[in-house]
Amino acid sequence: MTATDHKAQEIVLRLDRITKRFGALTANDAISLTLARGEVIALLGENGAGKTTLMNILFGQYTADEGQVEVFGKPLPPGNPRAALAAGLGMVHQHFTLADNLTVLENIQLGTVPLWRAALGQAKARAKLAQLAADFGLGVDPDARVGSLTVGERQRVEILKALYRDARILILDEPTAVLTPQESDALFDTLRRAVAKGLSIIFISHKLHEVMALSSRVVVLRHGKLVGEVETAGTDRHALAAMMVGAEVTPPAVTPITPGPALLTLREVSTPSIGAAPGLNAVNLALRAGQITGLAGVSGNGQAALSDLISGLISPQSGSLEGVGRMRWSSRAAIAAGIARIPEDRHKTGTIADFSLTENAILETYTQAPYSRWGLMNWHAAEEQTRHLIETYDVRCPGPHGPIRQLSGGNMQKLILGRVLDAAPRIILANQPVRGLDIGAISYVHSQLLAARNAGAAVFLISEDLDEIMALSDVVHVISEGQLSPEFQRGEKTAAELGLWMAGQGFDRAA
Amino acid sequence: MLFDILLTASFWAAAVRIASPLIFATMGELICERAGVLNLGIEGIMVIGAFSGWMAVYLGMGLWGGVAVAMLAGMLFGLLHAMLTVPFGLSQHVVGLGVTLLATSTSYFVYRLILPEVTSPPKITPFQPLEIPYLVDIPLVGPALFAQTALTYAAFAVVVITAVTLYRTPLGLAIRAAGENPGAVAAQGLSVTGLRMGAVIVGSGLMAVGGAFLTLSAFSSFFFEMVNGRGWICIALVVFGAWRPGKALLGALLFAGFDALQIRLQQTPVGQVVPYQMFLMAPYILSILALILMSRRAQVPAALMQPFNKGER
Repeated sequence: MTATDHKAQEIVLRLDRITKRFGALTANDAISLTLARGEVIALLGENGAGKTTLMNILFGQYTADEGQVEVFGKPLPPGNPRAALAAGLGMVHQHFTLADNLTVLENIQLGTVPLWRAALGQAKARAKLAQLAADFGLGVDPDARVGSLTVGERQRVEILKALYRDARILILDEPTAVLTPQESDALFDTLRRAVAKGLSIIFISHKLHEVMALSSRVVVLRHGKLVGEVETAGTDRHALAAMMVGAEVTPPAVTPITPGPALLTLREVSTPSIGAAPGLNAVNLALRAGQITGLAGVSGNGQAALSDLISGLISPQSGSLEGVGRMRWSSRAAIAAGIARIPEDRHKTGTIADFSLTENAILETYTQAPYSRWGLMNWHAAEEQTRHLIETYDVRCPGPHGPIRQLSGGNMQKLILGRVLDAAPRIILANQPVRGLDIGAISYVHSQLLAARNAGAAVFLISEDLDEIMALSDVVHVISEGQLSPEFQRGEKTAAELGLWMAGQGFDRAA
Repeated sequence: MLFDILLTASFWAAAVRIASPLIFATMGELICERAGVLNLGIEGIMVIGAFSGWMAVYLGMGLWGGVAVAMLAGMLFGLLHAMLTVPFGLSQHVVGLGVTLLATSTSYFVYRLILPEVTSPPKITPFQPLEIPYLVDIPLVGPALFAQTALTYAAFAVVVITAVTLYRTPLGLAIRAAGENPGAVAAQGLSVTGLRMGAVIVGSGLMAVGGAFLTLSAFSSFFFEMVNGRGWICIALVVFGAWRPGKALLGALLFAGFDALQIRLQQTPVGQVVPYQMFLMAPYILSILALILMSRRAQVPAALMQPFNKGER
């Protein structure tokens, strides 16, 4: 073996039969893994497969019951985050560990200077940061308050934080879950530069096309076990999906049905813009019974305004809504009109984290019988309903009493889905219903939306994922700068053609 | 009439004097809150500071010895507060009010134990004004700023030290981060518990020195109710100052200015007509107005009053 060969094979990280048990649950079952210098491994697995547990062991947040970790040939002391940082591991968490009211520079410097040193040495830090930013294409203003940055910029700060500590191994936990497609592309560019500089990367993701695009090797976890390890070049999305869920995944079958009458019609509706986000500009839209209407578009082009309008949070500035009764338009009127919502952000607007499953399950109906009568809650009925939802919608949870924040994203979404669908609504507003979910949960949500459509509901599906829109929708609209494209029938336009509309072309000719 | 008062050196000197105890205690509270702990023990800790400092001097210690004793007593109650709120994560409201009640009644109790018979409290010789040569001759500003006691100068020094520490040192950065996102601090392998407890203990020491100013510099003896809500004012001053030392100092001077002004206005012809209670109310009303105007966009430390438990989601 020559010297260069040896260098190419240099193992930077070795996990040896890592096992971690939480009570009866084995979260990691004898997982062994090696990472070579300059290599990108994608760690693939459904929610609860044990990916995050494994990474937390690596970072000393948990201590493994068995097995050990070696970094650059040296064993890593367990349960010690500082040792992991010092050994050259850098982690970009899914939920950023940044302080909003501090500046970018302060966030990056935190913990890098000994506490009792007299000065922070900001000038030096600033120079190092500028160098890193230039090297890795991570431009961000060091004096900006983190709270004023976009999600994509915050992620850059997290990556810079790891690089600033001279991390040689980067671990990213679902880095694209919160990014727009453009931001994801920029992130991938950065990661490729990092690999070119000899860093190694472990990349945790659900999104198969990203895994295919970025990684050199894919490691699949299922129920805490390592079930597959393949070279990316020798596999495809279909095979990976099958490995991940342990069975073949078939996309939901959409059988054509004849749509019913329009249940909600928007005529020439305009709304004012909200900050940088555009409002609606003379939008015409008809949501018909037994039909899924898809809304494609790059995020921040008026989707928020349209979704807020339909859920009654804002009223039209001009134009009219038809089919919603004569109440003054409000979220109450929207609920009365039979509009049910799957909100975009299940943590912020979909649920109350510290409330129990029961309380969350009746969040929209608690004023109605049987959940309350004469101003008194009937918790018995509420709990009964929650048990029914848990069973019907396969929510994996300890029971109806625990706080909902303990649930994984997929199970939380299933409960929201149950809350929405169980009332058999006339109109369903599904705003990014599968964002951040794994394949199993995604196909479940999709099949439930299709079932609702087959039962005669009008489904309005908003998504930034064009594949999802094209797979599910009977008719598609594209939104760009607050303008809505004409209605396209299923199969009428190719993805490339819709992409042009998303970029704003076609609107002039239509107008 | 108003201008006559504003043009007297004694008014400005009084404002700075009245502000001094507020400055110490406000800085103490600010340090606690920046680390994420609301310290409602402040009122009681000022009482114990006022009492213990004075008692130490009465029993024969020097004035600076009294200050040190007051500080230690404050830190002791700070330790109690920190133990209960940080590692145990109890409600900061309940613990704070409890510490205030405990510290206040402990002071009164020990006072009665040591001086069971006295009706009027004995006097000590307090800090005397120290004139700073040349600077004291500047009109208005000179007597106001440069003819104060050593403890007042110390108060201003504390503001500078607090500001520099918070904004220019790694320790200050870690303290601020602990009050903004303790998770980020723990992720760097630093101890949130240690930082927060340290901040509460040091902050409480400063509050007690604020209390001691009353007995060792402003007046010469200790009497019940002498702190008289100053601690609560300091809580408001921290908000008024948007958790920044410089702005909080400004707030303390402003409040003290109103207070010095109302005393003088009582002696003018207006004071003959308007009941004196109205004047006593004035600084508080003006402070509330200033608070409303100044603090609407203040950035509250994001993790203020949130206990931090390692390993919890």
